[in-house]
Amino acid sequence: MLYFASAVIITYIFWLVLSGHYTPLLLVIGAVSSILVVMLGSRMAVVDREGHPIDLVGRAIWYWPWLLWQIVKSGIDVSRIILSPSLPISPTLINVRASQKSAVGLVTYANSITLTPGTVSVEVEGDEITVHAITYAGAQDVAEGGMDRTVSRFEGDGAAQ
Amino acid sequence: MFFAAMVAVLVSLGLALTRALLGPTMFDRVLAGNTIGTLAVLALALIGFVTGRPDFLDIAILYTLLNLIGTIAVLRYFKLSEPVTPAAPKE
Amino acid sequence: MEQVIDIVSWIFLVAGGLFCVIGTVGMIRMPDMFTRLHAASIVDTLGMGFLMVGMILQAGFTLVAAKLIIIVALILLTSPVATHALAQAALHAGLRPKLDHDETGGHIAGEDTSSNS
Repeated sequence: MLYFASAVIITYIFWLVLSGHYTPLLLVIGAVSSILVVMLGSRMAVVDREGHPIDLVGRAIWYWPWLLWQIVKSGIDVSRIILSPSLPISPTLINVRASQKSAVGLVTYANSITLTPGTVSVEVEGDEITVHAITYAGAQDVAEGGMDRTVSRFEGDGAAQ
Repeated sequence: MFFAAMVAVLVSLGLALTRALLGPTMFDRVLAGNTIGTLAVLALALIGFVTGRPDFLDIAILYTLLNLIGTIAVLRYFKLSEPVTPAAPKE
Repeated sequence: MEQVIDIVSWIFLVAGGLFCVIGTVGMIRMPDMFTRLHAASIVDTLGMGFLMVGMILQAGFTLVAAKLIIIVALILLTSPVATHALAQAALHAGLRPKLDHDETGGHIAGEDTSSNS
């Protein structure tokens, strides 16, 4: 029920931003259609904690800026590699362990790895992630597990489904 | 200044298109298509600013979503059609 | 104040355009498909991010800025999914990356080692 309500609210905000007209008729139509859409979604069983973990929003406030900072740092590194004439790449394939307990945490970790330039998660199976990194140092960075620990902290103990 | 950003995006579009034409594998072309999609979103947003018509942003949002669906659809198509091609001809 | 915001947003726009060009130049220069993924992800994150921040600063507190933020959020959520799907599909189709260091010992998560061809 909580997830139903939050999904309706998020869909309605999306409608309000897209529409830009705030006459009573359009507001009512928007409310009705967002409720209908979420009802359709709950028939498809996508309106649950896995679909949109609303309780993680509080922690996302510090996780997302941290992730953005990582993206900027490694993005500048990769740009330097591209611009240097000798192209100093050393592609590495490595298996890392993920310590997250829930599917949400695992997806967050794999997507964070992919979103950071220089590392791409190629394959996820169980708690093992195969990562392709553009430099050997970047692969060692991932294997060292700093991001793994941060995502585990982001996931928190709310992992119990 | 939007003009300078626009030129940069158009140059990037040209380079991504070069990669799409060069190949060599199908996945390189899909990757180039994905990048072209992102650059098209940026170009649309910039056009909205240059011409002073924010309506282009709605199209940009649509392109963002279509870009993901298009990439997944192409990959899925090749994944599904893959076993058909190398099947040994039966006599 | 107006001037300061203008200058800052110009810097962001120029940086974003620069990163877009760098990323696509990387796509041309890189030797194989998996390394090109990294170059493309620069366009998706840094190039897109800086350009959008520049435009958001120009827009100010308006509905336009809200739409731009939605676009940024959507791209940041969808681009890793597309990249991961692409890498996974390429690997499963038998495309092997050119490697300097293979730390997996031939074992790739979710794949039988015997089926390596």
